[in-house]
Amino acid sequence: MVEESGVFAEDKDVAAVLRTKVIGPSLSRNHKVAIDFDEVTLTTQSFVHALISKPVRDLGERSLDLLLFKNCSALVQGLIETVVQYSLEAVELAEEP
Amino acid sequence: MRMGLFDHLDLKPTLGITEHEEAGRFVPLTNIRTSKGLSEAIANLIPLLHAPPSVADPIKYVFSEMVRNVLEHSGSSVGAFVCAQYYKGSNTIAVGIADGGIGVLNSMQRSHAVTTPAEAIMRALRPGVSGATNRIGGNERNAGAGLFFTKSIAALSRRFFVIYSGDAAFKLLRTKEEVAAQLNADATADKHRLRSGLPHWQGTVVGIDMSVEEGVEFAELLARIREAYQIDVKKSKKEYFKQIRFS
Repeated sequence: MVEESGVFAEDKDVAAVLRTKVIGPSLSRNHKVAIDFDEVTLTTQSFVHALISKPVRDLGERSLDLLLFKNCSALVQGLIETVVQYSLEAVELAEEP
Repeated sequence: MRMGLFDHLDLKPTLGITEHEEAGRFVPLTNIRTSKGLSEAIANLIPLLHAPPSVADPIKYVFSEMVRNVLEHSGSSVGAFVCAQYYKGSNTIAVGIADGGIGVLNSMQRSHAVTTPAEAIMRALRPGVSGATNRIGGNERNAGAGLFFTKSIAALSRRFFVIYSGDAAFKLLRTKEEVAAQLNADATADKHRLRSGLPHWQGTVVGIDMSVEEGVEFAELLARIREAYQIDVKKSKKEYFKQIRFS
């Protein structure tokens, strides 16, 4: 990740490219994806949202079996947890009658 | 004047000024028009405050989230103007972001039935509500969370947060130290002041004060915000985040 995003991963255009070119297509083919945040010291909720929210919504909880997040700082991990939680809550909400 | 306001207005000040060294004191008024410009500004300007990571990280975070809002949603032909000042006496850093775009009302009206700037501001502060879509939780690019996170950072710092657009302004008021800081998904539950009928501002202005407390890690603040993040009145019973695999 750090080669693409820098140590402060905040450019949503970078996140969108990684999502549309790598993460989304791989997950839709049921392939496992490891996202390595080594050396990323700071990110934003918007970056993480642009990176994973759509594939997590599209595949639901199954996406969590396929995704692996490596070398996350407490801050990065917390933001990933936030985005995954509200993305799957949004799926729940959309499925409500 | 030392912030560079007169330079941006292309005016010559009539009084002479003594220019102070900006290092350790402030980030001068800076115009950002592109995504690349934002990344460069964060890399070059925040170090001027000589702040430790626990202080610099929330500033970088707010700069990024708020300026990207401007670049993506405001339609501002002049981009965003940002500045920051460190107040040693109160251990506070004040950050300001302004644009000359379409304003919160026009932005929210693209996807939501709101009729006044005040109503639009209150809706925009709610997590999961984005002007880019009427879908709760946002779309693939926008979560509708940036303003909620920024307001929450101020609330946990027990400092001010203000958003002004059109003829309306929302101001988060300071809470007493002895009262536990509350984060509310619904901004009407915040200790706040909402005013309408103010002089019209074409775009949007956001101001946030943050306390400069070393030792309070930004990750801890974000963890508190996660607990409060709620896109629906009824919170899910399922803790999906516990299923995520980290290594």
